[in-house]
Amino acid sequence: MKRYLLLSDGTTYEGKALGADGFTVGEVVFNTGMTGYQEILSDPSYAGQIVLLTYPLIGNYGINDDDFESDRIQPSGLIVREACDVPSNWRSTKSIHQLLVERGKVGIQGLDTRAITKHIRNGGVSMGVICDDIDRGRTILNQSKSYDDTDFVLDVSTKSPYLWNKEGKVSMAEAPDPSRLKLAVLDCGLKFNILRRFYRAGCQPIVFPATTSAEEILSWKPDGILLSPGPGDPARLESVVQTVRDLLGKKPIFGICLGNQLLCHAIGGKTFKLKFGHRGANHPVKDLLTGKVTITSQNHGYAIDPNSLAHTDAEVTQLNLNDETVEGIRVKDAQASSIQYHPEAAPGPWDSRPYFTDFVQTMEANRK
Amino acid sequence: MKVLVIGSGPIVIGQAAEFDYAGTQACKSLKEEGHEVVLINSNPATIMTDPGVSDALYIEPLTVEFCERVIAREKPDALLPTLGGQTGLNLATQLSDHGILDKYGVKLLGTPLSAIKKAEDRESFRNLMREINEPVPESWIIQTPDELHAILDIVPYPCIIRPAYTLGGTGGGIANTKDELWEIGQKGLKLSMRSQIMVERSLLGWKEVEYEVMRDSAGNCITICNMENLDPMGVHTGDSIVIAPSQTLSDLEYHMLRTASLKIIQSLGIEGGCNVQLAVNPDSFDYYIIEVNPRVSRSSALASKATGYPIARVSAKIAVGKTLDEIENQVTGTTKACFEPALDYCIVKIPRWPFDKFASGDRSLFTQMKATGEVMAIDRSFEAAFMKAIRGLEIKQKDLRHTKFQGSPRIIRVERPATETEKLFNETMQALGSAKEEGREAAREKLAALKQKFAEVEYKIVIVDEGHAPMNDDDLKHELNKPTDERLWAVAEGLRRGWDVPTINKISRIDPWFLRKIQNLLLIEKRLTKAFETLGDSEELSALISEAFLIGFPSNTIKSLLGAETATAELKISKDMRANFVVSLQDSGLSEEKLDRVKSNLERSDAQPLVGSVHANYVSEHLHTLWTDKTIGQYLSYLELVIQEIERQKVMPVFKMVDTCAGEFESGTPYYYGTFEQEDDAH
Repeated sequence: MKRYLLLSDGTTYEGKALGADGFTVGEVVFNTGMTGYQEILSDPSYAGQIVLLTYPLIGNYGINDDDFESDRIQPSGLIVREACDVPSNWRSTKSIHQLLVERGKVGIQGLDTRAITKHIRNGGVSMGVICDDIDRGRTILNQSKSYDDTDFVLDVSTKSPYLWNKEGKVSMAEAPDPSRLKLAVLDCGLKFNILRRFYRAGCQPIVFPATTSAEEILSWKPDGILLSPGPGDPARLESVVQTVRDLLGKKPIFGICLGNQLLCHAIGGKTFKLKFGHRGANHPVKDLLTGKVTITSQNHGYAIDPNSLAHTDAEVTQLNLNDETVEGIRVKDAQASSIQYHPEAAPGPWDSRPYFTDFVQTMEANRK
Repeated sequence: MKVLVIGSGPIVIGQAAEFDYAGTQACKSLKEEGHEVVLINSNPATIMTDPGVSDALYIEPLTVEFCERVIAREKPDALLPTLGGQTGLNLATQLSDHGILDKYGVKLLGTPLSAIKKAEDRESFRNLMREINEPVPESWIIQTPDELHAILDIVPYPCIIRPAYTLGGTGGGIANTKDELWEIGQKGLKLSMRSQIMVERSLLGWKEVEYEVMRDSAGNCITICNMENLDPMGVHTGDSIVIAPSQTLSDLEYHMLRTASLKIIQSLGIEGGCNVQLAVNPDSFDYYIIEVNPRVSRSSALASKATGYPIARVSAKIAVGKTLDEIENQVTGTTKACFEPALDYCIVKIPRWPFDKFASGDRSLFTQMKATGEVMAIDRSFEAAFMKAIRGLEIKQKDLRHTKFQGSPRIIRVERPATETEKLFNETMQALGSAKEEGREAAREKLAALKQKFAEVEYKIVIVDEGHAPMNDDDLKHELNKPTDERLWAVAEGLRRGWDVPTINKISRIDPWFLRKIQNLLLIEKRLTKAFETLGDSEELSALISEAFLIGFPSNTIKSLLGAETATAELKISKDMRANFVVSLQDSGLSEEKLDRVKSNLERSDAQPLVGSVHANYVSEHLHTLWTDKTIGQYLSYLELVIQEIERQKVMPVFKMVDTCAGEFESGTPYYYGTFEQEDDAH
């Protein structure tokens, strides 16, 4: 069946149906990773976005039961060149098409994804719709709210606190493991692998909704606080920023992705929207302290404005080697630091895993 | 700095011209950095010995003696040994061992020789892998039946038994059970001159995956690309069909193996490019490190071309002390060499074997490389890249068909007395010409009479080629199981016979993903072959042809599968056959306009009537219908349409850029591949 992708600048691409029937609206972004579609599809930071995967052959190794990064399929739509009908991998339980149909997600395949990628690269990200009828799609697109004016964090954040242990998510009724360091996680769109890694590094993660106040979090007497990744414009998250401000200096803080931007806003800095963001598994980041370059997994559309940090307590610790945007900051004297990329990988390279053990060490040192 | 580069020497079997490619890149790269390059190479038939590549050139034997003389005369500051393949590396080791480098104060650039030795010596490599917790296949040295008995319960099955010091490995084998190991092992101990056998975990059938990695002197590590072998473990990677990037590894598996590869290159202290080969269990997370090539290799050349990332160029710069973040990514011009290429296409490499030159050579493939070269194809789908690569081999097979497995049809030539048929042909033409004046009815009668006469003319059938029967199922299964240079066609034939993917996977151990892709191609092949019988209208035909182009069939293959190409020159439709076509046109229901067009086509040329000729298979299968059936007319118009459509559609491909970044950054590189897509990167 024919299906179309319409962009808000009037461009139309024709393809074939993938996933569920219907239409879907979102900000069209591209990811250049060659593996990791299952993790991408369940990453809450893609909420409100239609994700285009630049690697043309998607779904080859299928969908398995273990590699989900959240309980939902998060992007509003998926664009691929070719989706594999019969996957091949020992853990695969279904095809990507089956997953999308099950979860009612609309996708499109069979179009020139490189052409669309170049279009986004040159013109910047824009709103788009995947639909079966061009006229109807155009109307829907014109009537939909822009990505930049939408709040996503409350939607993707957990509704009530929970604990994470070996089995995964467990209720707060379970007793936290006292032998482990208590890590309070402010969930703005968390990926499970962050919890898995911290659990592995010896932490007892307790996950809180994004609306939780600083007092409540501190009342649990955490050894450290994690600001999670998440979708959308950080400048719209005034109340969460206030929470971070209230937490600052009280306990060691570590921020990932959106967490990096929240920390920036909390100390009075500003963020701006990148033309087409960083989404992929091959972004080189230079640590300004050690001079070492690490290949990182990234997924963000906003970045810290380094000039806005001039009169704050923060300093830039890491830069992206491609475009010299800020990849990490540190707040002197507050034991707070953050990075713009994803040390938990999933998808992407594992090179930044030491951040988990580093932060656990900071927490440990602070506890004594 | 004055740098001596040792060239690759003669090109030999098992080593393609990749080291010439790498060496040339390295010389240019060093000159870019302002260094003076002195090159010694015994082979003048290389690119690196072209004028301008080096500053001083010595075409001399690659021996210690000659090399010392060059060093004495040129007094270079440093020697770069890691870009000339094994030849250069061996010579550098000898120069170092003979104290020549110390004597003249020549510094060795790039990976230290000690690291190279560590990677290449089996025992020290295994020790290092144990130190860093990376798995190598378990093995046991056994010298007595007691020792053998002791390991029966420990050894993972299947295992390989290799007796030490026997001729050609006599007494070895694969044991699937304890009993078999006990039996083969005891026999092996008796046969071995030193009563010693090695028992090793068998990895036959595991996936073979490679990572091409780089490290600089500051310890920054990157992966250039990973590759998955279509042929599972057991075939030398140089003899394997290789796909980049890997297709059947999940993100978790991809990065597990990537992390292992980077850990290895870090622990070895490589400075430059390095290749890591791993065996991966298709049914678990288990893997083993098989081998590490601590230098620019054949795989690096492939990875370079596959990604656009100039590995040799960057390796040379790393060797003279630059770090990855200081080196520009030449492809984009805007980013640095310190990143990992993102591909938005699929790469297929097929080795090129010399069996067409050595017809009696043993075609079986195992751990010793037999290929002398390779072809690499790029496209947006596996199928299209695969078909391109087959074509690139420049052998007899241009697609998935192979007469060895499929058999070949009997080819015949129909001969009739020339004068008789000539006369009849002319009469037929006249009859057709007068059809309009005399009315169709009269013409029809006349033609019917002529047709009768035709039938009475005696003709003889000359057998041009007897052909041969298809390979029987048992032999074909054997071909699937035992890798040879022709296995891909055997796989295609198995699928063509309707054997299902699990069956072929079980015999060949080729991952089902690849088998299904080949099956996709065969589905199109089948539809093309049956097109004339099954397709309704021209729109359907046009859609099928476009599908065939899209999935990667070349125009000549499409043409011949549709029956619009002759297999042999003898089968060009001779004049009398054409006359028969015309006769049978009456019953074909063609419009008058079409009839006229066919007629004028017939008159126009002798050698190339209408569409050239009829496919051999078609003639042999449908010979009886050629004379009488009304399908002849339809067939003619069908063939006409086929040619028109192929000519129209074959000019549709666009060119896409190999830009190392999947379109993320604007690039100015002139490296493109053709594909059937919408947008053209080349404008």
